Amino acid sequence: MMPDQFLFAVEVMINGLMAGVLYALVALGFVLIFKASGIFNYAQGVLALFAALTLVGLQEGQIPFAHLINATLGTDVHHFGWQMPAILAILLTVGVMILLAIAIERFILKHLVNQEPIILFMATIGLAYFLEGFGDVMWGADVKTLDVGLPQGASLWVEEKSAVLGGEGFYGFFVDKLDIVAALVAAVLVISLTLFSQYSKQGRALRAVADDHQAALSVGISLRFIWVLVWSIAGFVALVAGIMWGAKSGVQFSLSLIALKALPVLMLGGFTSIPGAIVGGLIIGVGEKLFEFTIGPMIGGATENWFAYVLALIFLVFRPQGLFGEKIIERV
Amino acid sequence: MNIASVEPYVTEDGRTIGGVLMELKHITLRFGGVVAIKDISFDIREGEIRAIIGPNGAGKSSMLNVISGFYTPSEGEVWFEGRKRPQMRPYQVAQQGIARTFQNIALFSGMSTLDNIMTGRITRMKSGLFSQAMWWGKAQREESEHRAAVEKIIDFLEIQHIRKTPVGRLPYGLQKRVELGRALAAEPRLLLLDEPMAGMNVEEKEDMSRFILDVNDEFGTTIVLIEHDMGVVMDLSDRVVVMDYGKKIGDGPPDEVRANPEVIAAYLGVSHD
Repeated sequence: MMPDQFLFAVEVMINGLMAGVLYALVALGFVLIFKASGIFNYAQGVLALFAALTLVGLQEGQIPFAHLINATLGTDVHHFGWQMPAILAILLTVGVMILLAIAIERFILKHLVNQEPIILFMATIGLAYFLEGFGDVMWGADVKTLDVGLPQGASLWVEEKSAVLGGEGFYGFFVDKLDIVAALVAAVLVISLTLFSQYSKQGRALRAVADDHQAALSVGISLRFIWVLVWSIAGFVALVAGIMWGAKSGVQFSLSLIALKALPVLMLGGFTSIPGAIVGGLIIGVGEKLFEFTIGPMIGGATENWFAYVLALIFLVFRPQGLFGEKIIERV
Repeated sequence: MNIASVEPYVTEDGRTIGGVLMELKHITLRFGGVVAIKDISFDIREGEIRAIIGPNGAGKSSMLNVISGFYTPSEGEVWFEGRKRPQMRPYQVAQQGIARTFQNIALFSGMSTLDNIMTGRITRMKSGLFSQAMWWGKAQREESEHRAAVEKIIDFLEIQHIRKTPVGRLPYGLQKRVELGRALAAEPRLLLLDEPMAGMNVEEKEDMSRFILDVNDEFGTTIVLIEHDMGVVMDLSDRVVVMDYGKKIGDGPPDEVRANPEVIAAYLGVSHD
């Protein structure tokens, strides 16, 4: 039997790990685009919001641009009147995200070839604001509940199995089933993305484009195709993150702000490393929960709001490339 | 061009030079007000080593960039395999079987030697995105075939010892060799080398010359190369185009070009007394 205080700390840690997985999911989208094009995609969070909005909209049979249509035509339409199976809605949303990737390449990236990274970064800020407004107009600004049938609530199994560890006052660890699912999905996603980028033709082409545009062209790689591909994958990862976060706390504007939480994760893990995004996410998740649990009460709590950023700052001072990032040395 | 010159013939060292593989007709290239190439025409015959020489800024690299599709000529036509080539992007040119290296080495510095050369096979990989993503039968079979081809090139270039090394860490001479390997991996019909020996010491130059001759001899690859070192050019090439200030001032076998007074003037300067 272990002391209760210790068991609580373990529980906090487990929940921290689970939260970390969700951070990592968002950070993963950033890493993919950064690796392939050197762009820091400010719009990744909004991409997740847009994906979740589209998913809910399709599933519930919402008519896109209903408000706009009603206002201009004087009609009163809102719903198609169907309820789509979750899996079909998810597949359709993947399709929408691919179309979005094509549009982004066609209307933004194509015109900014060979521009400085800062210009591309600014373009993604513009994209973020556009998508945010576009999502609003298309699907409405109200908070929506997302239900694709993922299990929710405390996992009784974990509770029962772990109850024996403590004394009478201990009822076992509280772990949300949704978090467990998220962790599994993230693991599958990371493994398949890593395999894809290491061993497939397109993955190799993707790494080639990230490394040197000219050389990539010279071996017959179409930059445009690769960009569409990488933004499609980022859109897909955004959809997964949007589903997990949306199921947890509803689909609303604040979903796009999770992007801000991904920043410290990236600083910790390194902008160019997929495993880095995962480990960074986990460290931040566990770190902020444990810090709140141990130090929090002494300094008045609410440390979760700033802990990640302070940790990231410390990393920036001592290890600017992050834990797994490539150290960039300019040869003179 | 007279008809007699396109008849296939056998060189002194026993290689067969075939018909015209590429023909450049009246190529002009302008950047704003600057004219980089002025109305240049020449042809490249199957199986030959064709050199482009000239002083700095003569427009040699621009010419190579026109051939590889990195630049679109302002005027003129590129004929490849007997057909006029429409305007193409560089990756489409690569898919046609034209591979190249760069003056300032353009390698994927984060990848290993093996992976770098493997990217050279991309134009040869046929399986689609889906089967690649799923790692299904065809993709898997393809991968091992391509690996075998790449291993052959690694053996050929004698770089077995650096197969797994990230190329960013390699010395300059070896990087040039890996870049050549990547271009060879595409099994190109036409290989473009932009100063393959620039910045090399004598020994490295000798190695590289040997590889270029071997590629041409063993695989019958047609090669266009830009080089500064006159000695190397004269030893390697079958025919030489000489450029100066964007214009063609000489074209022919090395001995003939060397005797051309205009060429001598461009290289040594003329005395104006």
